[in-house]
Amino acid sequence: MNLAIVPVILPLSTGAACAAVESERARRWISLTGALGTLGAAAWLVWAVRGGNVVVLRAGGWPAPYGITFAVDGLGALMCGISSYVATVTLWFGMREAASRYHRYWHAGWHLLLGGMNGAFLTGDLFNLYVFFEILLIASYFLLTLGTSREQAREAFTYVALNLVASTLFLVAVGLLYAATGTVNMADLARRLPSAPSALVRGGVVLLATAFGLKAAIFPLYFWLPHAYAIPPGSVAAYFGGMLTKVGVYALYRLFTTLAPLGRPDPLWLFVASGTMVFGVLGALAQEEIRRILSFHIISQIGYMILGLALGTREGLAAGLFYVLHHIGVKTALLLASGTVERTWGTGRLSLLSGLGSAQPALGVLFFIPALSLAGIPPLSGFWGKVALLVAGADAYAERPGLWIPLALGTSVLVSLLTLASMVKIFTQAFWGPAPRRRRAAPELLLPVAAMAALTVVWGLGGRWLWELTWSAAGQLLDRGSYLDAVLGGSR
Amino acid sequence: MTVLLPLFVGSLFGAGTWLLLGRSIVRQIIGIALISHGANLMILLAGGVGGNSAPILGNPPPLADPLPQALILTAIVIGFGVLAFLLALGYRMHAYEEEEP
Repeated sequence: MNLAIVPVILPLSTGAACAAVESERARRWISLTGALGTLGAAAWLVWAVRGGNVVVLRAGGWPAPYGITFAVDGLGALMCGISSYVATVTLWFGMREAASRYHRYWHAGWHLLLGGMNGAFLTGDLFNLYVFFEILLIASYFLLTLGTSREQAREAFTYVALNLVASTLFLVAVGLLYAATGTVNMADLARRLPSAPSALVRGGVVLLATAFGLKAAIFPLYFWLPHAYAIPPGSVAAYFGGMLTKVGVYALYRLFTTLAPLGRPDPLWLFVASGTMVFGVLGALAQEEIRRILSFHIISQIGYMILGLALGTREGLAAGLFYVLHHIGVKTALLLASGTVERTWGTGRLSLLSGLGSAQPALGVLFFIPALSLAGIPPLSGFWGKVALLVAGADAYAERPGLWIPLALGTSVLVSLLTLASMVKIFTQAFWGPAPRRRRAAPELLLPVAAMAALTVVWGLGGRWLWELTWSAAGQLLDRGSYLDAVLGGSR
Repeated sequence: MTVLLPLFVGSLFGAGTWLLLGRSIVRQIIGIALISHGANLMILLAGGVGGNSAPILGNPPPLADPLPQALILTAIVIGFGVLAFLLALGYRMHAYEEEEP
């Protein structure tokens, strides 16, 4: 049985059903059931592709370069699994946070976003990737602008306009690559690109990298992110902060392994990775609100993921992918915790908060664990992600000595310390000290936070099996032959 | 046509970018619309110009390439939807400006 399309179709149908149903109670049940079903199908996909399989679904039975293809390898399946998990947990939180009462179509937007993301992760067709990007972006515009005020509408307008320009660049790139090769199927593109006219291909790849980089918020295209993520309610911000930029990171991984492989450490991308890390963390140090600090941290952490990609080796890709998965769990947990703080105490400004830890030790612990993991304290998953990146960098340096690798690795260590400093800032100002107001967050808000924070503990203590999954996914990314064989089959 | 179309794509992109850099929201929205139409035209160009007959077995060559047209059709629909959203958002911003001067 081929379930490759279920994580895409199911959320889209659930979203449509949620939009149609009148009763809020029924909508909640449909919504949760749909999210859990998607999670189940995504888990099946992760299980099905372990050990190097590629699950291929040809729409209507048309052979690969002509029909629409869904091709699921380790990278796609892992991303699909984590996105379904994040969507389920943040949905649960959002229903408790009462953000769902903002609007009748809140659930519909949620599932459209999930369906779009899963589609982007699972499709094997460049134009389909564009379409799924648009689906998830339209859902994100909608969730972002729910219940806006004047300033929020302006920030949202910038976000929408920027993403539209990025999408247009993406479309132009698809046009260039189609002109060069006459195909939009990714496996077929990978086969034909080496012999295609190099000017068109270079232009297309540069435009694709720019479009994906803007969505992933890499240096120097990150400026829109902290503004956009300061707008929505906590659950939406956590969903966006966890997953939305990672779609761009995923697309960069796909572009620079399957389509146009780097294959060796690339100075330009090492520079971009270092810049992303440094500027993100410097921005975070300057902020005075919990959610803004966390938003800038998203940028700096994207740098680590790009570092793994920039190394271009199997170790680097596996470490980068490990880092992506770790960061999604940690960042969603932190943003959910900050959403809980904002919901319960009415503000996220550090100067107005104090003593949250003594008012509610459970919340303190739930913030403390992912915060330490983000900074890379053992034995949590962030530590193993960083160690894996450093080891991969050292190996790549041993093979190809150059100035850029040690510089990027040094930057990553320094940025970890600065991350720790800004986490300590949140902790000393908001969580330590006497509690002036005896208010406590509802336990049902803490449960989803715990569900996300548990990931980093599990992946820290039992990181071995996650590493095995990402290692096999990285091997698959570099072994393009088997991907091409699986997708194109006999017509190769 | 082969000379005219690229010029046309270029002028759409140029005019769109110029409008996008202005301060007025309406101009920005029109600029985005122009750029996305430029992209659509570019894809049409990517398929190659010059096919006259429909790509059906038995028709005499040169055949037109159907794929760019399918891609553009999808892109136009998406662009239309997003443009509608952007106009609604722009209207709401305008309404806020009126509300509190």
